[in-house]
Amino acid sequence: MNFLVETKRFLLCSVAVYLLFKFFFLFGLFSEYIQQIIILSFIVILTSLGLNVIYGYTGQFSLGHAGFYGIGAYTAAYLGALFKVEGVWAFLPILLSGGLAAGLLGYLVGVPILRLKDDFLAIATLGFGILIRVLLDNSDQLSEFLGGSRGVIGIPKIVNLEIAFWAAVFLILITRNLIFSRYGLFWQCIKDDELAATTFGIDTAGMKLTAFTYGCFLAGMGGALYAYLYSFLHPSNFDFLKSIDFLIIVIVGGMGSITGTIYAGLLWVAVIEGLRLALPASLLELRWVFIPILLILVMMWRPYGLLSRSESRFLGLGN
Amino acid sequence: MDLLSYILEQTINGLQLGAVYALIALGYTMVYGVLRLINFAHGDIFMFGAFTAYYLLSKWNLPIALVFPLTMAATAFLGFLIEKLAYKPLRTAPKISLLITSVGVSLFLEYFLSLEPLFTPNYIGFPRPFAVIRYNLPLFTVTNIQLLILLVTAVSLFWLYLLIYHTKYGRAMRALSHDQEAASLMGVPVDGIISLTFIVGAALAGLGGILYAFAYPQINVFMGIMPGIKSFIAAVLGGIGIIHGAVLGGLIIGLSEVFVSAFLSSTLRDGVIFFILFLVLILKPRGLFGKRIDKV
Repeated sequence: MNFLVETKRFLLCSVAVYLLFKFFFLFGLFSEYIQQIIILSFIVILTSLGLNVIYGYTGQFSLGHAGFYGIGAYTAAYLGALFKVEGVWAFLPILLSGGLAAGLLGYLVGVPILRLKDDFLAIATLGFGILIRVLLDNSDQLSEFLGGSRGVIGIPKIVNLEIAFWAAVFLILITRNLIFSRYGLFWQCIKDDELAATTFGIDTAGMKLTAFTYGCFLAGMGGALYAYLYSFLHPSNFDFLKSIDFLIIVIVGGMGSITGTIYAGLLWVAVIEGLRLALPASLLELRWVFIPILLILVMMWRPYGLLSRSESRFLGLGN
Repeated sequence: MDLLSYILEQTINGLQLGAVYALIALGYTMVYGVLRLINFAHGDIFMFGAFTAYYLLSKWNLPIALVFPLTMAATAFLGFLIEKLAYKPLRTAPKISLLITSVGVSLFLEYFLSLEPLFTPNYIGFPRPFAVIRYNLPLFTVTNIQLLILLVTAVSLFWLYLLIYHTKYGRAMRALSHDQEAASLMGVPVDGIISLTFIVGAALAGLGGILYAFAYPQINVFMGIMPGIKSFIAAVLGGIGIIHGAVLGGLIIGLSEVFVSAFLSSTLRDGVIFFILFLVLILKPRGLFGKRIDKV
């Protein structure tokens, strides 16, 4: 329980942020839409954190992260409908099932494809992401409820500020502890030099698989939260471009930085969803012209991201 | 219609699609050869080719004999520009940075060109400059567009073969893909050859864009994503960096796509292509023609 002392700043910050948002939500200072995107930002942070474990800490490039996000969302939606889940407490096992399904799939897929490196791994994970999309598009042949390319409708809206926020805080703490455990050190060692890691006696294949499975588990949790926040799922929400979103968050925030992912995730949702309120529709399209330029500039000047391998003292997630 | 002629007709359709994939795959494989980069923007160069041809044909009413060279020149220039502006500053950066940059370039091209005064985000009907004629042969029918695509592809492949295996530029390209440092010590102008590779690859992608738009006359700024990815799979299937591998891979991917649509279900065709990719990466990661046995 020593970590609770080490991360006391982070815990205090979360309580303060939670109370602040709760205050705003209670007094109706935010419209329904803003409330929704604030909750969404925690989901996005959680999912991006999964990719940061896979890519930022372990160095395994993945372009199919949205596929696992989608598997979590669809699994949770299906199981929730099967057991007719409505309350918050009954939702928690459903949430976990979304994460576990994505983690299990990540494990099964990871066994063959994590033998590949760099760009071949990128193309394999990209292909896997598109396979998931094809599967979701044809999902009505498995179950009428999943709706195939029409999407899933009628998921109860259960996720509120409390669930999303505390799930994110809890999983960020777990991830932080994993990163500072021996596993986290193994992961970072593999990222720095896989050959050297092997000579130290690290089971590189096993450790890569652990990181990949855990990262996919986080994506699945994020997906399950997403399903019960928006109560509508469509295969196009989980396609290749969504994987790119998470990748941009991880890269801009910084590879190997939880703090960076948190800030970049908040910024991302503010830019993508928040600017919808501030800008007219004609200017809104320009977001996607500037985001790639930003990505290219970050690659040129800070190829490992803005906050790579450092945790801000303010959030107190460091060691 | 009996089964045999149906199969033959689908084979022609598959070869038509596969020929376009082969033209795009060549650019991927050549760029991968010299830079070890999966150029994600390559599919968008293909899209740019289709749009340039559209503007030349429908807005400027140029004859088709001029449309081909002008479009290829435009895409070649775009390829050259992308390499100089985005990839050259990252020559010494980690491989993944280059890959992410190419994803950024791809997104930029798609969203920048989809702005209103440029190509717009809508689907646009592509005007064919000539009528479609069907030739009824004893066993199957073939259209003039299919013949044109196969002929143009064959001619450009022959031309590329001459360039790569019978000129000093081609020899320099092969030297670069073998060992960049040693090649530069032998006096190969590395930057110039890399530019040339991008120019040739982008010109072929532009040609592929025109032919694709002839065959499937609807264009859109996002039309390059899937053909781009599939052509890359074709390049991996044939053995990345190997010219004839890319051609054979393109034909295999085109044929399997058409046959899966014809005999199974058109929603499954992408799934089958990516299943092929998995099998190749796991069983034979160097591709069909890849010889080296070092790990990828």
